[in-house]
Amino acid sequence: MKIKGKVWKFGKNIDTDVIIPARYLNTSDPAELAKHCMEDADPDFSKKIKPGDIIVAGKNFGCGSSREHAPIALKAAGLGCVIAPSFARIFYRNAFNMGLPIFECDETASALGEGDEMEVDADTGEIRDLTTGDVFMAQPIPPFMQELIADGGLIPHVLKGL
Amino acid sequence: MTIAEKILAAHAGLDSVEPGQLLEVDVDFALGNDITAPIAIKIFRQAGVSTVFDREKIALVSDHFVPNKDIMSAEQARLLREFATEQDIVHHYDGGESGVEHVLLPEKGLVLPGDVVIGADSHTCTYGAMGTFATGVGSTDLAATMMTGKTWFKVPESIKFVYKGKLRPWVGGKDLILYTIGDIGVDGALYMAMEFTGPVIDSMSMPGRFTMSNMAIEAGGKVGLINPDDTILNYVTDRAVRDFTVYRSDEDARYTKVVEYDCSEIEPQVACPHLPENTKGISEVENVPLDQVVIGSCTNGRLEDLALAADVISGRRVSKGLRLIVLPTTPTVYIQALEKGFLKTFLNAGAVIGPPTCGPCLGGHMGVLAKGERALSTTNRNFVGRMGHPESEVYLANPAIAAASAVLGRIGSPDEL
Repeated sequence: MKIKGKVWKFGKNIDTDVIIPARYLNTSDPAELAKHCMEDADPDFSKKIKPGDIIVAGKNFGCGSSREHAPIALKAAGLGCVIAPSFARIFYRNAFNMGLPIFECDETASALGEGDEMEVDADTGEIRDLTTGDVFMAQPIPPFMQELIADGGLIPHVLKGL
Repeated sequence: MTIAEKILAAHAGLDSVEPGQLLEVDVDFALGNDITAPIAIKIFRQAGVSTVFDREKIALVSDHFVPNKDIMSAEQARLLREFATEQDIVHHYDGGESGVEHVLLPEKGLVLPGDVVIGADSHTCTYGAMGTFATGVGSTDLAATMMTGKTWFKVPESIKFVYKGKLRPWVGGKDLILYTIGDIGVDGALYMAMEFTGPVIDSMSMPGRFTMSNMAIEAGGKVGLINPDDTILNYVTDRAVRDFTVYRSDEDARYTKVVEYDCSEIEPQVACPHLPENTKGISEVENVPLDQVVIGSCTNGRLEDLALAADVISGRRVSKGLRLIVLPTTPTVYIQALEKGFLKTFLNAGAVIGPPTCGPCLGGHMGVLAKGERALSTTNRNFVGRMGHPESEVYLANPAIAAASAVLGRIGSPDEL
């Protein structure tokens, strides 16, 4: 699985209130949540991004509440994946459960520039900055997890197997 | 083994476990609220499973956006009601029976020492104060547990925190946990079990302990555990709806890190915008005028918190132009606060008393901030936009500081009154 898109950069400790503010949690509709994704950090974010684009953030991405609405919003907004040095525990689990690929990589937060074109290979964990030619490595996503992502998350994946 | 390892081992049917080990464990109790349970219920229905694993071991609590703040929230609360009826869920809390989940469930004896509890709410870690392995999960994980009664965990490494020394005036559990988060950072215990120990914890009453465990997530912790002692057993014994098993860390348990604090050096803490780790001692906080003060939430909305705030504010008035909002967290807390005269004290001071709800803590309702407004709150998070407009600000502190600040019109200590 390869993910290709433009880099959108955010700082460290991006919390779930920033990813999807609680004032929008009166729905769990992905399309509605996507409209407000990252709104408090960048009001026009959902309008600016294109399918496959990639968030590159600092450490502890997704800290705060357990709301699954956060990975739902990111995925429904069209993001291809999120790359950060570390993820908050609940978000990490929720992201895969929702079928949103995430990669842990220490270097990308400082090395990649906003707007760079980037390609991530989930099979090898290779992160390639197509703008600068730089290459970084993250843990690859094993085949069964890629299948889970391709199926749209844990539940569709499990139901398919029944 | 640590208490975390012992509880997980017992629930996985193993004699011992090691940090890093992946386990499938039996879950004693699972909960969801009016924000997270709707997704879990939809998944549950989509999966075509006919009944929940145990109708007595699931709580559905409408507490975040109730009394319904708008039509869409009303639909979410209705979904919980319908599902509870359909599945004959015993512990569905709504209307006048409901309260803030993490105060309500311990109060009712539904979550107990030695349990594994998962909740689709990050502050599920509150129950660690009872020696419970309790942690927040997403709605999908809740749905899976509602179907199977099981979940999977990686056994966390443990950090031991030892609190020593004599507490200064106006310092309590909130200050110790804010100080700890300020020290180790908002990811200082990422993926790990925090264990709170030492003579200060030994002599702390349950409300202060709940406050500390509640905010373990604010350091990235998976759980915030306290080893069961007489204080916990006295709290639990008359409430427990089931039998329970007590686990305590061994003397030779292994910790990734041991951190000691001399509490005599810790003054009341204030977490400044926009992270709980941005802590300062109250004496270091300069002139910060406030528009609103909130006293409530799963962090600091228990009877003892209201008692402390009422004591500080008694016979005084809320500063002109400032809104003080007090939210007792459960019907029981509300009745007791009424009987003890705390609510009258708050009303006489010019406060607004709200219903038991999470409401303003997450910018839901009952005290949302306008652009540029500044609040001090006894809640747990001060992220950007947490209580309202993205350009509003939230400061976190204990109930005594909150009450004093409401009178002063700026952040300050009861000593200044």
